[in-house]
Amino acid sequence: MSFDAVAQQPKLLYLLQGVAAFAAVVSLILLALHRGPVRRRAAALLLLAPALLLLTVGILLPGLRTLALSFTDSGGDTWAGFDNYVWMFTDHGALVALRNTLAWVVLVPPASTVVGLLYAAAVARSRFRTFALSLLLTPMAISFVGAGVVWKFVYAYRPTGAGQIGLLNQLVVAFGGEPRQWLVDSPSNVLFLIVAMVWTQAGFAAVLLAGAIRGVPAELTEAARLDGASSGQIFLRITLPSIRPTLLVVLLAQAIGTFKAFDIVKTVTGGQFDTGVIAHEMYDQAFRYGETGRGAALAVLLFLLVTPFVAHQVRARRRAG
Amino acid sequence: MRFGARLALAVITLAVTATACGTPQDSGSRSQTTADCAPYARYAKHPGTEVTVYAENRDREADLFEETWADFADCTGIDVRYEGDGEFEAQIQLRVDGGSAPDLAFFPQPGLLERFARAGRLKPVSAGVAALAKQGWSADWNGYATVDGTLYGTPLVANVKSFVWYSPKFFRDKGLSVPRTWTELMAVTEKAAASGVKPWCAGIESAEATGWPVTDWIEDVLLRQQGTDVYDQWVTHKIPFNDPRVIEAMDTVGSILKNDRYANGGFGPARSMASISFQEAGTPVLSGDCAMHRQASFYADMWPEGTEIGPDDDVYTFLLPGADAASRPVLGGGVFTAAFADRPEVRAFQEYLASADFANARMKKGPFVSANKGVDPANAATPVDRLSIQLLQDPRTQFRFDGSDLMPASVGVGTFWRGAVDWIGGAGTRQVADSIERSWPSH
Amino acid sequence: MNGVRERLASRALTSVAVVIAILWTTPTLGLLLSSLRPEEEIKTTGWWTVFGAPHLTLDNYGEVLSGGANGSGRLAEHFVNSVVITLPSVLFPLVLAFFAAYALAWIDFRGRDALVVGIFALQVVPLQMALVPLLKLFSQGWLFLPAWHLTGPARFGQVWFAHTVFALPFAVFLLHNFLASLPRDLIEAARVDGASHGTLLLRIVLPLARPALVGFAVIQFVWVWNDLLVALTLSGGTAETAPMTVRLASLAGTYGNEWQRLTAGAFVAALLPLLVFFALRRHFARGLLAGSVKG
Repeated sequence: MSFDAVAQQPKLLYLLQGVAAFAAVVSLILLALHRGPVRRRAAALLLLAPALLLLTVGILLPGLRTLALSFTDSGGDTWAGFDNYVWMFTDHGALVALRNTLAWVVLVPPASTVVGLLYAAAVARSRFRTFALSLLLTPMAISFVGAGVVWKFVYAYRPTGAGQIGLLNQLVVAFGGEPRQWLVDSPSNVLFLIVAMVWTQAGFAAVLLAGAIRGVPAELTEAARLDGASSGQIFLRITLPSIRPTLLVVLLAQAIGTFKAFDIVKTVTGGQFDTGVIAHEMYDQAFRYGETGRGAALAVLLFLLVTPFVAHQVRARRRAG
Repeated sequence: MRFGARLALAVITLAVTATACGTPQDSGSRSQTTADCAPYARYAKHPGTEVTVYAENRDREADLFEETWADFADCTGIDVRYEGDGEFEAQIQLRVDGGSAPDLAFFPQPGLLERFARAGRLKPVSAGVAALAKQGWSADWNGYATVDGTLYGTPLVANVKSFVWYSPKFFRDKGLSVPRTWTELMAVTEKAAASGVKPWCAGIESAEATGWPVTDWIEDVLLRQQGTDVYDQWVTHKIPFNDPRVIEAMDTVGSILKNDRYANGGFGPARSMASISFQEAGTPVLSGDCAMHRQASFYADMWPEGTEIGPDDDVYTFLLPGADAASRPVLGGGVFTAAFADRPEVRAFQEYLASADFANARMKKGPFVSANKGVDPANAATPVDRLSIQLLQDPRTQFRFDGSDLMPASVGVGTFWRGAVDWIGGAGTRQVADSIERSWPSH
Repeated sequence: MNGVRERLASRALTSVAVVIAILWTTPTLGLLLSSLRPEEEIKTTGWWTVFGAPHLTLDNYGEVLSGGANGSGRLAEHFVNSVVITLPSVLFPLVLAFFAAYALAWIDFRGRDALVVGIFALQVVPLQMALVPLLKLFSQGWLFLPAWHLTGPARFGQVWFAHTVFALPFAVFLLHNFLASLPRDLIEAARVDGASHGTLLLRIVLPLARPALVGFAVIQFVWVWNDLLVALTLSGGTAETAPMTVRLASLAGTYGNEWQRLTAGAFVAALLPLLVFFALRRHFARGLLAGSVKG
């Protein structure tokens, strides 16, 4: 009853078919482009059509439909006015999710950026740079779900007297303390989940900032050094201002990612103990409880919250580029 | 196209290699049958057909199910494709919405079954199944699978939740006797506490379902204090969730579970139960660090390997007493089969599952309780199963289904569980009950 | 004097970095060691005790990869699913976004600027906004769109679709910015020589755009491989089509205390990304850079 290789064949066949079909479409487009001097508009249309079609069917229309659904009841058929929005700002669970999401967004980006910046400053010009940065990037390869497992294990609780299996409680016990239920005690448990998120994000910040630091012209720092500036001063007065655009991009990217964070909460606490966030609450309402309208309203809220950050990000990136 | 072509080539090579490597080999298709097919003749032959089943049960429970219907499958030619998933509650909705509904689902919550029935997704049972249901189960039980007068499924599994597990030896040593009334229960509790042992142990950690053991406690006590009518009104929201009588029941539970003198035996302060998984919560009973553990009949499977269950063995169980010795309120739960398809083979399989034959065969394989009137308690694998079946078949029993399984999902598997967790964590009774009441969907 | 202070400052910074590196790797190390310990030991003693009495086994991996029929594992099957999901979900948006970005950057047509802004703006729509309608579209159809009614492995198509669609706005944004910054005279020269857009696209722009393409591919690979939300909602959840993240999340949810399964599972799931990651270390960093700064 172990791994059944035969059962995998249809999947791989389907993969093959999918890729082949896609290749056929792409070839057709390229063929049409090669055929003589296609008019500008026609060429643009040919190249843009697949993407525009997908965006319309996959994002634009569904987004509008979700907006409409947010004004309907649980089944998604009957008009419910602003009920779901009223619910969102009166229900305990939804309010807690809102509070936690704000805490996440306020804390995660600065925390991971500071860690990433310190680390980047230390390793940016070192010989072991690539290796050192990889260490911090490993959590990203492990995935949010994996990170959830990692931290659930770190926070594991065993009653007093029993052997601790969680690292954090072991440390507490080693220093003579009582083991604590890190993931249970609200609201501090939100902080412990945030630590897990920071853990996954710091590597991203470090890599980007290390790149930016290396991009600071050496003449600038050398000139300052000759003028007698200490390395601390150089960092604050020259390096930091030079990498400001990158810092902004990193902060915004992490804020956007944090708004949508769902996996860590789902894996570590399942939203219990008042640790829910909007992205997770939305999933629960729409899929676990069958409350389509409430789920849609939460999705719309997420959309409204994230919009200014993304808009800013797009602008910041265009400027940085 | 160099890059793309190379990538495509790599993909194709990979796929071809993988396909070629998977040389066809018989992947353990069922061994030739030697079963006696006579009992299955009534289900007719459905060669080459397949029935997909989706349920919550996994591991050993799933294996036992499959063993039980193996003969049925061989004799009828139906390939039963069973899949157990711990995320059943969330995934069933997604599968149905996503167009990949199973042929048959085992619903652990009537509330969930009702949702799909109302959405027009479930197929009403066939006449054959309806007849079996009428013959096999009480009107109460069939009522849980009935929506607007139409029967959509049949009970498959039953469990009795109102059990209190204890160690007979510990009770003897401490001079405690099995209580027959609520007053006696509290006397035993106090006596154990006075002797320096925390009388109760509990664990409510169960991932996303964390909190459900507390909701069972509250339901059990409400049923005992106010009787079946008030209980039914509360479950169907004819009286508000935060009715004073419910508050009273919660406070009674709180006087036990939220009381550091009474709980959490073997683990620490009462609040520790939030981190203790429900599976391991009863173990201190064995070591004498805790006198009693209130948990369902299925807890029999969760004792450490080698634990003997019986009136004179390591652990045994008594029914959580009612107000007086004569009353016999029993809180229970169950799993219901319901079909998303009505092909003949699906009908045949559902009919088989609704038969007392299936229940009896399943019981012979291992721990299992059915509320079917046709099951023979003698087939029960454990003394607790036998006790459960006797209770379920006893006409004096006032059976009520686990309320959280009947409430709308956003309450029953949502705010009620979460509220219970907050409450154990120290939130006030009134505040928690009010908040759950507010969360009740208005439609 | 100055030199001493300099060295102290530099040493302090280095120690901070070392502390961070230790803090960042210890939890993973603990998980790795735990995954190699027998079940009873994981559940009763901390992984750090392994240094005193090493007692390691690969049993946990055997169990999660191909445990019994209804067992907890079968990650091997889910591994195949993850591969089948990931490859097209990287390839499709990469090619389509490249086409779109080329058209937007190098073909002059009316309404171009509005289109650029429109596509960029779609980045604000979170995945959550589209899940329920997409699910309904696939199963019931909507407006003029027919239902897909996909079953069996064909359900991978839904996942490919969702990943492709949601990668597009960012991918177009990223590649457009990159292509727009390419030297104009190079392309003008080729155009004067009478090259068609097809030739330009493949012969001139594609080689130049490689860093951005590889960068996007790497980010998208990690994103798709590690995705849970799309997988949970659109893959159908069966062993036939669900990727490893779904299985692992389900293990964490329902076997919260079965650490032997969880720890080994987490490492099996992370295996391929870690390999890709160490093999393509440079590209990965460059991809992140391209994805966030260059753009």
